[in-house]
Order: sequence, then C-alpha cells, then structure tokens
Amino acid sequence: MSATGIGASVKRKEDIRFITGKGHYLDDINRPGQAYAYFLRSPHAHATIDRIDTAEARKSPGVVAIFAGDDIAADKVGGLICGWMIHSKDGSPMKAGAHPALAQGKVRYVGDHVAVVIADTYARARDAAEKIEVSYSELPAVIDLARAAAPAQAQLHDAAPNNTIFNWHIGDKAATDAAFASAAHVTKLDLVNNRLIPNAMEPRSAIGDYDAGTDTLTLYTTSQNPHVARLVLSAFVGLAPEHKFRVIAPDVGGGFGSKIFIYAEETVCAWASKKIDRPVKWTAERTESFLSDAHGRDHVTHAELALDAQGKITGLRAHTIANLGAYMSTFSSFVPTYAYAPLLSGQYDIPNIYCEVDAVYTNTAPVDAYRGAGRPEAAFLVERIVEIAARETGRDPAELRRINFVKAFPHQTPVLMAYDTGDFGGALDKALELADYKGASRRKAESAAKGKLRGIGISAYIEACGVAPSQAVGMLGGGVGLWESAEVRVNPIGTVEVLTGCHSHGQGNETTYAQLVSSRLGIPIENVSVVHGDTDKVQFGMGTYGSRSGAVGMSALSKALDKVEAKAKKVAGHVLEASEGDIEFKEGKFTVKGTDKSIDFGSVALNAYTAHKFNGQELEPGLKEGAFWDPTNFTFPAGVHICELEIDPETGVVTIDRWTAVDDFGKLINPMIVEGQVHGGIAQGVGQALLEGARYNEDGQLVTASYMDYCMPRADNLPSFKVETIETPCPSNPLGLKGCGEAGAIAAPPAVINAITDALGHEDVAMPATPQVVWRAAQKTATKRAAE
Amino acid sequence: MVHVTMEVNSRQATAEIDPRTLLVQFLRENLRLTGTHIGCDTSQCGACVVHVDGEAIKSCTALAASCEGASVTTIEGLAKDGKLHPMQQAFQDNHGLQCGFCTPGMIMAAIDLVNREGPNLDEATIRHGLEGNICRCTGYHNIVKAVMQGAREMAATTTAKAAE
Amino acid sequence: MMQLGAARAAPANPQFGDFAMYAFEYHRPNTLSGALADLEKADAKALAGGMTLIPTMKQRLANPSIIIDLKSVPELSGLSREGDNLVIGAMTRHAEVARSPVVQAAIPALAALARGIGDPHVRNRGTIGGSLANDDPAADYPAAVLALGATVVSSKRRIPADDFFKGLFETALESGELITQVSFPIPAKAAYMKFANPASRYALVGVFVAKTAGGVRVAVTGAGENGVFRASALEAALNANFSASALDGVSIPANGLNSDIHADADYRAHLIGVMARRAVAAAA
Repeated sequence: MSATGIGASVKRKEDIRFITGKGHYLDDINRPGQAYAYFLRSPHAHATIDRIDTAEARKSPGVVAIFAGDDIAADKVGGLICGWMIHSKDGSPMKAGAHPALAQGKVRYVGDHVAVVIADTYARARDAAEKIEVSYSELPAVIDLARAAAPAQAQLHDAAPNNTIFNWHIGDKAATDAAFASAAHVTKLDLVNNRLIPNAMEPRSAIGDYDAGTDTLTLYTTSQNPHVARLVLSAFVGLAPEHKFRVIAPDVGGGFGSKIFIYAEETVCAWASKKIDRPVKWTAERTESFLSDAHGRDHVTHAELALDAQGKITGLRAHTIANLGAYMSTFSSFVPTYAYAPLLSGQYDIPNIYCEVDAVYTNTAPVDAYRGAGRPEAAFLVERIVEIAARETGRDPAELRRINFVKAFPHQTPVLMAYDTGDFGGALDKALELADYKGASRRKAESAAKGKLRGIGISAYIEACGVAPSQAVGMLGGGVGLWESAEVRVNPIGTVEVLTGCHSHGQGNETTYAQLVSSRLGIPIENVSVVHGDTDKVQFGMGTYGSRSGAVGMSALSKALDKVEAKAKKVAGHVLEASEGDIEFKEGKFTVKGTDKSIDFGSVALNAYTAHKFNGQELEPGLKEGAFWDPTNFTFPAGVHICELEIDPETGVVTIDRWTAVDDFGKLINPMIVEGQVHGGIAQGVGQALLEGARYNEDGQLVTASYMDYCMPRADNLPSFKVETIETPCPSNPLGLKGCGEAGAIAAPPAVINAITDALGHEDVAMPATPQVVWRAAQKTATKRAAE
Repeated sequence: MVHVTMEVNSRQATAEIDPRTLLVQFLRENLRLTGTHIGCDTSQCGACVVHVDGEAIKSCTALAASCEGASVTTIEGLAKDGKLHPMQQAFQDNHGLQCGFCTPGMIMAAIDLVNREGPNLDEATIRHGLEGNICRCTGYHNIVKAVMQGAREMAATTTAKAAE
Repeated sequence: MMQLGAARAAPANPQFGDFAMYAFEYHRPNTLSGALADLEKADAKALAGGMTLIPTMKQRLANPSIIIDLKSVPELSGLSREGDNLVIGAMTRHAEVARSPVVQAAIPALAALARGIGDPHVRNRGTIGGSLANDDPAADYPAAVLALGATVVSSKRRIPADDFFKGLFETALESGELITQVSFPIPAKAAYMKFANPASRYALVGVFVAKTAGGVRVAVTGAGENGVFRASALEAALNANFSASALDGVSIPANGLNSDIHADADYRAHLIGVMARRAVAAAA
C-alpha cells in the first residue's frame, strides 16, 4: 500500500479550500443582474385559496414580477413527480395527487408555496410579499398519521381516497401466520419512528439563469444529483430540453438525502428566470428549511416476532403506517417500501416474514429519504424486538442474536434480499470484546452506588446499499436506472481528470477517487483532479445518496481505468516495439515481459496524443475512456454497535458513556474518511434517539421550526466513539466495497433505546428519549428500584 | 445609509451601507469574503462566527454599523504568508470537516476557545466550548481531536515566536 | 495594524440587499443624555448586545424605526465592588462578568451563571442590561437579580428587584427609561443551577438560591407562566435550615408553571426541587 493508494488514510484534497474559506457554496455565487425570489408560504395546514390579490404588492418598490399557481399552469409547467411506482396489494397503482410547484387552488401544509415575488433585492421582495392579500377558506387539518386514513378525515387529494396512497405488502402472509400459530413465544411491539428534519448546515439555494442569446437555461442548485434534477425538470416539468439546460451543483454543504429531491423553489427560480429574462436567486432561511425541506422517517408500526422453544426466530410480521406528508416527494414511495421491508430479516435467518405498509397523506411537509431512508426504520424494528424477545425469554441479548445470525452465504431472505457475504458473529465478538460487555454488570453496580442507572444496548444492523441492478430497480417500480458513470481523461503530460456522475458534499470523493486513480495508474495523487456537479462538464450520472459513490461510483471509475490501461498497453506496445500481450503494467510502468524495456505512464500518455508511433487508422489517438457500471446486487454493509449510557433518574438526563462500533464495509479506500462517515452517522442516530423530533400541533403548525425548538446534536451531547472494522470484501463489485455513509444512522437508534430500556427495566420509552421522557419512564420503575 | 470603517483581516474596509447590513452581509457581500457562512436565522448554528477585537461573535447577530472602528478577523485572514494557521492545519490533519460549511465558524470558535482557556484543553472543555457551533456531518469526534491538536500547536507556535 | 492595505470596499453595490429586516435609522450616541434624547423619538429601540433584538428583527417580529446603539455610551459600562455591593454597568457583557476576578470574589454564583448563558459567542456580545430589559422568561440573569435582591438602576430611578419583573418580556421600565447599572448586595452564600432546554440551551428551569442578610431568597426562571418568580415554600424551608435535605419534603405545585413541547408543568415542578437542592448543596 502506497502512502496515497487504496487503504491509506490520505488527508483530504478538498479540505484546503474549506478550511481557508475559499469553498464555493451556492449562496457565494452571484450572477450579474440577478433578482431575488421570496416565496409567500401558506400559514395554514389545509385551506382552499379563494383569491390572491397582488395589485398592491406589484406597486411595491423594486418588484420585477409576482407569480402564482395560475401562472405556472398557464405556462404548462408540469408538476413535481414521484419517480418510483408502487402497486398496492390489490394490484392498483399508487394514488398520487398533483404536486404543483406553486399551489393551485389549495394549500396542503404550512409552508406550502402560494406565490413567488421577484424583486431587485431580497428585502424588497419580502416587503412586497407582505402586501399580497390571500383569501383562504380553512379546512380541517389531517396531522396524525395513524388516523389519516380513517373515514371521517378531511381529504387532501381527490386522487387519493381516505388519504391513502397505497396499501403495499411483501412476504408470505399465510406461511408467516402459520409460524406464529406454532410459536413457543411471541414478542409484540408497538413503535413510533419519530419524524426528523435533515438540517444539512447549508440551507437549500438556487439561481435560475436563462440566456436568451443561446436559449439555454442554467440552474445552480444545492443538489446531490444534478443530472437527475435536469432530467426531471426537462422531461417531466418541461422547463427546457436537456441539451439546452445546464445544472450546476457546486460545493454543497451536506445533503443527507434532503438535497436529492426536486423542490418547488428551485423549479420556480429556473422557470421564472426565463420568464423575466434575468437571473433569479433564492436562498432558504433556516426557518424555510424546517418548513419545506423533505422530512424523514415518521412511521407507526406494530410488529411481532415468533420464536421456538430454543430461541430460534421462526417468523416476523409487521404493519406500518408511513406518513408521506402533503405531496409525494421525488423518491418518497420507495423509502417505506423497498428501502424498508426487505431489511426486516436483519442479520438473522428468519424463515417467514410478512410486512404491510400503508402510505398516507397528511397536512405536513413531504417526507422522503433521510440518511438511511427506510433502513433505520427496519433496523429499529428488528433490533428492538429481538432485544425485547431476549429479555422476555431470559436470554442474553447477544446470545439470542448469535443463535439466529445468518452464518452461510449467499443467503436468500424471504423478503427479496440475497445477502452475499458477511461475518455477523465475528463483528459481534469483536464489539463485545471492545465494549467490555462482560464488565457491564460491574459498571452498573458502580453507577448504582452513585444513584445512577447504567444500561448497555446492542444493535446488530444490516443495510442494503449501492442500489442495485437497474433491471431489478425497474421491476420494483423505479423510474430510473441506478448505475453510475465515470470518465477518465488522461492529459498528454499524464495528469488525469476524473469525471464522475456522483456528487461530493462531504463524502471526500475528490480524495478517494484520486486515491484509486493514483494507485491504479501509479501517478501522484496531486496529478488527479475529480470533476463533478456540472451537467455541461460531466456525462450523465445518477448522483450521490444511499452510500453509492464508493460501491457504484468507484466501480464505474475502476471499469473506466481498466479501459484506460488496456488502451495504454496498446500504445506502450507500439512505443516499446512489443506486442500488446507482452506488456505488463505495474506501479506506473509499462514493461515488456522479461526485459528491462519500460516506459512510464506519462510518456505513454504523451505518445497516445502525439500518435507518432502508431498508425492512427489502426489505433485511435488519445487516451480518454468512459464507463457505466451497473451493479449486479445490492451491497450489504453490516455491523454491531454497542451503546453504554448512564441515566440520572432525578432529572432523566442520559449521558452516553461509551460507544463501540464494529462495521463491515468490505474493503476500505480511506479508513480515515470511513471512520468520519461512521461518526457522523452515529451522531444523527443518537440525535434521533435522544434529541430530535419534528412536532406539528393539531392545527398543523410546525412547532419545531428553528434550532430553538428542534434539538440538534451538539458536541457536548456526544462522546468520542470507538470505531473499528472487520472486512469481508463485497463480491459484487471490482473493489469489494459495500458503502459506509449511512451505517451509523441506522445502527444507533436501537442501540441507544436498548441501553435506556436496559437501564430502566422496562420497554416503554419513545424516541426522542428526552430528559422528560426518560424521567417519566424512570418513575415507572422507581418503586421497584427502591425496593431492591 | 451609514458610513462604516473597520479593519478586516488587517486591511481597512470602508463603505456606505444600509443600517440593516449585518456584519456577515458586510463581509460576504461588500467585501466578498464568502468564507463566513449563514446557516440559521436564530443565532445558534455558529457558521458565521468571526473574531471582533479578538473575540468570537456571531456575525449574523451584529450590525455592521455596530462594528465601527473594530478589528475583524475572518477565516480568510488566518493563514499568514501562505502557511495555514495551526488550527486550520489541525482540522485537515484530523479530518475535522466533511461538507465544510460549518468549518469556518468552527475553526474561529476553536481559536477563540484556546485564546480564552489556554492550550491544555480536556475533552469536556472542548465539547462544552463548542456549544455555539453545530456540525451535522462529523459527529464532532474528529473536531474535538482537531481542537486538541490545534491548541497544542498554537501554544508551540507562540513559544517558538517568543524564542525568536 | 499589521499592514495597511488598500481600501478594500467599494460603496455599497445597489444590487445587494439580502436583508431580512425592515428598514430603520441607526444612531450611535456618545452620551447617556444623547441616548435618552434619541429614545424619545417614535418607535425608537435601544440596542445593547442585540442577542434577542436582532434575531427578532430578522424574523420581522419587531419593527423599530430607529435603532439606538448603546455601545459608545460611557455611563453604561464599568464593574466594581462598592462596599457591600457589586455594581455592574448595563453594557457589561456576560463574558466580562464570567471572567471578572471582582465578581468571582464577591459573588462566585453570578460569575458561574454568566459563564453558562447562551454560548461563548453570545457571551461575548450579550449584556446584563439587555438581558434584564428584555426579561425573557427563560433567561438566567433575572433569577440572579431577584434572588440576590439586587437593585436595577435606571436613568430615572432605582428599582428593587421585587418590583422590576412584571411578567413575560415585561418590566417596570417605562418608555424612554434605560437601565444604567445593576447593584447586587453581596450574599453570604449563593448558587445557581440551570437545567438547560436541550435545544435552545435557555433555562428550562433555573434556580438561584441566595442566603442574604435579609434571609434566604430563591428565584426560579424558565418555569413560570409569568416569568421569573420567588419560590416562597423553598425560602421558608431554607430559612429554617439552609441545607439540601431541608427541601426533601417540599413539593412545588405545578400550577402556574409552563407546559411546552420540551417539558410539562409537573416535570418543571419536579426539576425546581432538584435544582434547588443541588444549588443549596453547591452554595458558596
């Protein structure tokens, strides 16, 4: 392993611009002559719009234009789409209501987009917006997802009776019911997977910039997937054809899923720019992010687990109601279905699984993928119910897991997934050792002596990343392929540009991709630059989410590098006057087998471009290759996280004392970056478990609409983490990568709640387990503890 | 309009501004120093932290006019003669950043912490001292490590300077 | 100055204007009398540290026509011990109170309270006068002022703490009246315990306990429906016996306490007891 090659903890190339304040985030960009957009938003959760009077507002100083739903309808601007078709169990397609970029006749959540004011300054746009008079007739709001489908509720969309989008299922109901009928023990669990607000630190932002001279539209946008944005805005919304439409996603300040989606504001800025022939800029205030970024999670579930007398799990069944909010966001239907239920087998050999999912509309912000997306919900269910089953049957939770682990691979679960490789027992052993699991009872006694309650919680999660053969995606209802592209451009002096369809917004792709190129071509890492985020520069690609930029994006790069190497060998053969088959390539040198005749990579590149040493008709000049990589299977990162914490029963304050993570991500390109991804994921998972929860009141007002009320994890909420890995290389891609971006967020919530419930001695603790929640829960067992 | 003059990163800056101009806007818009970021509207995230007269403040919650005559240092003013400030270097060395958006404010806060509390910082002091800065990417683990290293190296740099 | 560069900024580009606030005039008087004269103008608002006022204006929840920046008014600064009192100028920032050896020696509990307000950057900007005039029901300083029986000195009069706080964001200050100083009698013992709101880090419950010449005073912030208040039951128990165990049987009624998404009234009532016991135990 070289100092900058695969497996080395290379310091990140991109850091220099970020630590010196020289990054280029979207709000740092301004276009000459730009105007500013301000969105007038609905103050009501559910209302008809009877009249919009903009006359006074239009007279306000600096106003350039005001548009509302009628204007985009008149221009035949298409609605925002959901790109994943789900069929209900009766075979009917999901029932999606229209999702216009500006509300047409009706608003459906607080923050819904009523009109846009464009003015020469932001302040003036905002001033004018206050002069718009909107007459609303308020309708009853549907807020509680568990009751959204009840008959007497108000209806959000005519297209979706009973506010129900689909009733989907997976698995064999009859076989699963039979397993329960013969079970020795059944564990039942009701759980809520709390609604979260992603809160990337950079708020969303956009500049629409139409050039009338060339009739081209440019959209600068805070996107994780600029090509997908262009495709949707071209093909479905109809703003401009793709060849006349450039989408640029510059440095993006975090995404976590929330910047995958095609939103109203970005759409309107692009459309309005053409309309007024002037650049239009919008940057969200944080309050707007809270109101209108797609939220995450928000499930209510009843689950049951069947075990035989030996503790072997024989069946799992679950019924989930998933809240998709007021409109179907871009991949909203995928998250509580195929990103969720196929993971309900966890790390376990469970012969029978059946899961039903009802997706409902409510008068809340749209809900879509947020770090982990479906998989955290599955892991929370599985790891809570397995833990409780162990406690109920008097088994050590680690042991119950161990006896049920999948031990032979490949392993076909009853819910679609074919696990390719793993070492679940190995990860558990290592984690128990590192966490000093055996010493936990001693530490509990020490805490008790101080009046504190100590608990330890295990989470043995699995996830599916790198989604997955495009053919399968299509069969499951996906509207896109989920391959990835890469192009390797070798310059005549041997430096390299990599163009990737993935996007880096914190993942460190500019470094890891360069590591791969450096080690494959034997050139210094400084000689590699990675280009992404601009549809005019980069070939079509699918972007970054679902832990895919390694497993899928780098596989494409690897394939492109294979082609570069093959072509370079041909060139080297001509230069060294040997046959192509006799050329070996190692450590940046092409050598004629068995001789000392060699030439370095840079010289081959130059020869490829000078084309003096070969016939240009027989071998094309130049050295530039592209590749598309379509995965052959999902990848299955898995691991064990152990949380140990202490509770102050007087106040309910939870202090995490130790965190141990042993993850299997297959091969690692850059362990430092991998660890960083795990840390960040754990923090978001701990946030879900202890701190974060979006709350709407019964009128549909978001009461957690700022950092004053929505509790973000801060440095003093978290401990340092012990993070290690084991390695079973992924067999389905050339580099053996599985993906690491979401693992922490998936693993953490059940680890925390299992630890809290272990400390308290009962299972009734909801997320977020705030001090008040924990204090109340501690009251329940206070008398019991006092008696002991 | 009000007239304002301040020293930003050791240069005089002067302008006629709308009184509404926040310090962060003056830096970002008038001076094009876009390293200082805006991440929230309730003065909590800390992406906008800069030093005013040697102390960390949230530039989104200070009028530029109020900083008349002040000496302001932003993330762009830390590196000297092409050499990174020890705290900047420590953030890179320890992978104390991912998306980089909170990073300028985090680094400015970290330097302020060392200036106030000295270079021998324990983990609890660092975690508490970063209470005014939110990072969504790193889980803070590597930020804490970075601040420890940065603190040590700031002390070493000061000692080395004193010895010259 | 290390180097004098060329003047960098051009006149404001008219294209800029990413403002959230309504327009206002800006004044920065150099004297107290100048500030008071400005304050007489219609819709004038004094700006101290701005930690609440500026975010409120950004959200367009306040619309002053004139902002009077108090930073250059000399009469509002200063921090000294005067006999048995600690006198702190209104524009003294939380960080200055926290690190002041004078405060640390006279009323260590006050220095500790200041060290826990907001976050470091807020403490470098926010002022004691601004905090008291704003009277946020979850702010820390009101608890200290009330428990220590301090006197709020204004441009017009001296207001005893017991008469100063009038409810949520309401004080005895009249329009045109500015806090100039706060005078704290030095107690025999005192401590402040804060249970922070996990999100905002304001006090969910903050209890300041002070053993003063006139008896024990206990003030509670963050919990009351009408802002800071004195907990008479706790005071009575502690006057009889200044020890944490004296509070063991004393329950605080939930009636009159806040319920919100972070804490119900009964939890706040419970926390008042816990924080009070911890404050008594820590009092120095």
